[in-house]
Amino acid sequence: MSEALTATAVLDEEAGGGRPVVNDLTIHVATVNGSGSQSSNNVLMRSIFQMGVPVSGKNMFPSNIAGLPTWFTIRANKDGWIARKKEVDLMVCMNPQTSREDVEALPPGALCIYDAPLNCKSIRKDIEFYEVPFAKLAGELTTDSRLRKLLTNMVYVGIVAELIGIERQEIINAITKQFKGKQKAIDPNVASIDKGMEFARANLPKQNKWRIERMNKTAGKIIIDGNAAAAIGAMFGGVTVVTWYPITPSSSLCESLIDYMKQHRVGPDGKATFAIVQAEDELAAIGMVLGAGWAGARSLTSTAGPGISLMAEFAGLGYFAEIPGVIWDIQRVGPSTGLPTRTAQGDILEVFLLSHGDTQHIALIPGSVNECFEFAGEALDLAEMFQTPIFVLSDLDLGMNNWMSDPFKYPEKPYRRGKILTKKKLEELGGKWGRYLDVDNDGIGWRSIPGTDAPSFFTRGSGHDAFARYSERPEDYKATVDRLAKKFETARKFVPAPIVDRQPRAKIGFIAYGTTDFPLQESRHQLSSERDVETSYLRIRALPFTHELRAFVANHDRIYVVEQNRDGQMGDLIRLETGEDQKKIRKILHYTGLPCDARSITDAVLRMEGNRDEKVVRIGVDKRVATQMASED
Amino acid sequence: MADSTLKIGTEPPKENRLGLKATDYSGGKSTLCAGCGHDAISNQIIRAFYEMSVEPEKVAKFSGIGCSSKTPAYFLGRSHGFNAVHGRMPAIATGAMLANHALIGIGVSGDGDTASIGLGQFMHMVRRNIPMVYIIENNGVYGLTKGQFSATADEGSKLKTGVINDLPPMDLCALAVQLGCGYVARGYAGDPKQMINILKGAIAHDGLSVIDVISPCVTFNNHEGSTKGYAYSKEHDELLHQIGFVQAYEQIEIDYAPGELREVTMHDGSRILLKKLEEDYDPSDTVQALQRLHKATEAGAMLTGLVYLRPEKKSFIRLLNMSERPLHELGEAETRPPREALDKIMHDLM
Repeated sequence: MSEALTATAVLDEEAGGGRPVVNDLTIHVATVNGSGSQSSNNVLMRSIFQMGVPVSGKNMFPSNIAGLPTWFTIRANKDGWIARKKEVDLMVCMNPQTSREDVEALPPGALCIYDAPLNCKSIRKDIEFYEVPFAKLAGELTTDSRLRKLLTNMVYVGIVAELIGIERQEIINAITKQFKGKQKAIDPNVASIDKGMEFARANLPKQNKWRIERMNKTAGKIIIDGNAAAAIGAMFGGVTVVTWYPITPSSSLCESLIDYMKQHRVGPDGKATFAIVQAEDELAAIGMVLGAGWAGARSLTSTAGPGISLMAEFAGLGYFAEIPGVIWDIQRVGPSTGLPTRTAQGDILEVFLLSHGDTQHIALIPGSVNECFEFAGEALDLAEMFQTPIFVLSDLDLGMNNWMSDPFKYPEKPYRRGKILTKKKLEELGGKWGRYLDVDNDGIGWRSIPGTDAPSFFTRGSGHDAFARYSERPEDYKATVDRLAKKFETARKFVPAPIVDRQPRAKIGFIAYGTTDFPLQESRHQLSSERDVETSYLRIRALPFTHELRAFVANHDRIYVVEQNRDGQMGDLIRLETGEDQKKIRKILHYTGLPCDARSITDAVLRMEGNRDEKVVRIGVDKRVATQMASED
Repeated sequence: MADSTLKIGTEPPKENRLGLKATDYSGGKSTLCAGCGHDAISNQIIRAFYEMSVEPEKVAKFSGIGCSSKTPAYFLGRSHGFNAVHGRMPAIATGAMLANHALIGIGVSGDGDTASIGLGQFMHMVRRNIPMVYIIENNGVYGLTKGQFSATADEGSKLKTGVINDLPPMDLCALAVQLGCGYVARGYAGDPKQMINILKGAIAHDGLSVIDVISPCVTFNNHEGSTKGYAYSKEHDELLHQIGFVQAYEQIEIDYAPGELREVTMHDGSRILLKKLEEDYDPSDTVQALQRLHKATEAGAMLTGLVYLRPEKKSFIRLLNMSERPLHELGEAETRPPREALDKIMHDLM
């Protein structure tokens, strides 16, 4: 490896192109939605990954099947920083609708490969342009017009590969994986790669600034999206009843689950150990989950914000009638005609307080694909242990984008089914059983499952006494909701604790959750390496908060809560939790629909440290996206 | 008018085949108005389950919201029950039946709960053919909120306050037939003998059975001008046929003239007998069923009997090819794939 580095350095000096940047680059590919660029982009990303370089791939796509602009961003970074980076180093312009804006947004010195008719070179002088006649090259590969469109995408992969030094063999390996070994599909794609590489070699000037070179930071790692990770986790967590209603960005969770369950959960007799139902709407989806949970199955549904809204009534029933079930919320921007294909962390308060009356829900917040896997099983356990709906708050960026991870660990622990009444337990209780009697002083009663040898009871909302008898007496109602509050307190000891990185010198404490973790970790690195500002960090992984939160806030002078919504929803919950210390809370908010980036956080912190009166800073405005959205209307 | 019921066999004994008494099937004391049609239906539910010797602990009762939906508390007290939310009982019941297909499910709903707020869920439950009994206690009004029209109220019928309903009624039987339900019946709370036979057939049916029961509301819809009151119903009751039910274990020879009797064998070996009245009605004929229902509506008649019967239709449980053991019983051994499975999945992602 050191040899390779030296060789590049020498080459670079010869070319006189400044210091080479090895394994640290952001590639942005602008195409038209529906043009079939997804496989090419995956191949490009995977081939970098296979060369041992940490990488992430994010699809920034419109709510549309074909015709609107879409971008794919690949970030390769030797240090493992794989959050979105705002600055693009290498642009591939394939879309006439956006090429001007795409080029205008580039930082000076960036590279831009563009389709010849777009004539991008006329737009700016401070960009290194590489003009490619894609139509001509693809025309030489095939006469089939549909195929030509697809192969055009593979040609740009070949060109990028040649320019930045991605090994041909790794591209072939990635293509073989992408097309699952089907030779008929592999051959024309490999031919397209070669076409691109040859063209670049023969016609494009050599560039030596941006290089991908083999390293060993991805050996044994996997690439997966959070929704598939959640599906695998749920399958190994013993889910048996799954219901869903299609909604972006959650559909792929249940669709992956269907695939995995068909492969791994059909017995030797051909019979399924599961039921998966595409429901008529989200109301039915959560209703089925609760019905199944009531009857003793481990059940889940997945949805996004608008679906959560529809689930509100049942969420309340599940809470008050104390019925297990798991609801995944893959968060995204606003209403159905908002930006349904853009990411956000905007459902925190909606989910936490979902429904009528005095509800408060337990929610898990995964911050990585590995946690999507782990929390999927954990949520099924907690739902049964706490006999209540458990929400899991993921988001579009985590759920639908590609993330590198260590392989998931096989779950060793048996399922935790909670307090299920059996004949034996009934004898232990001396025959005295009330569905809602708090015999263990933790707010959780013993539930009996229909059709078993345990006694029956009648389930209704909160109009009952401890023995599940109909009651509208004030003392019974109050006892019920007070016990539910007690149960919630018990949950603090069982939900995943936050991940805390306490730096002894630090006066500043960061709090974040979910996908904000990636840019935030990078921002902390920037603050310490560039400005010598040490920070501590607490990553929330669940609601209700655990005891670590108060201590963390108490131990720092200033707390920056960074999240991806307009109002700082988690920040407000932290304020409620921290009493006197709430004055320490400041908010850094990113809500453009795109994933948050590190530099924007770093800049905001430095600004707020300079002006202590500034309590809220909103970051990450991306002019290009704003213009593009306006032009669609 | 002819009797709605065929006389078959002898009176049931004091104990059923499980050694249980009819009182073992009773529930809490009803809190509905005296004379409510719903209580009459509850009584027949109690009798049907008792006479069919169904183990009460294996029964799951479901309901939505409304007067009708309160009734599961008044029958089968030894069974589990779930009083869900308004119009959404089908989802709860579907989930529960998927979790445990060994349960014998019975849902009780009303015309508001089914035909208005819950219409979507009702239709999808029919479409999926969830194996359970679904009863609509249909009185044309919202009782629990004090007497507003429902979507099954007849055009021109009058509220106690004098308000006239000027929208056409929804025929839930026709809707169920249209959606391919394999067992569709209309009963009348004032005809318990017909009701119990319809119920027994429904319990025996391996699929969803929809029973629309005209069940007068004595407080809000039993006055002159009402088309769902006792007086109107009695006067306009029109029978499709006489109905009888024979359990699988009963060795009863039925002796009728040729062409007079239809006999349909159900999934569990029990038999439904339908004796011809004025017309030869074939309950397996979709077009005839819809035609007959429509004709009755036009004539202002209350057509009762087994409207549609296709016991062969695959239930959702069979369609999903689910394990014989109910899902809720399955543990790690059945539902957690082995370590090698995860290794393979991980390997494919590398």
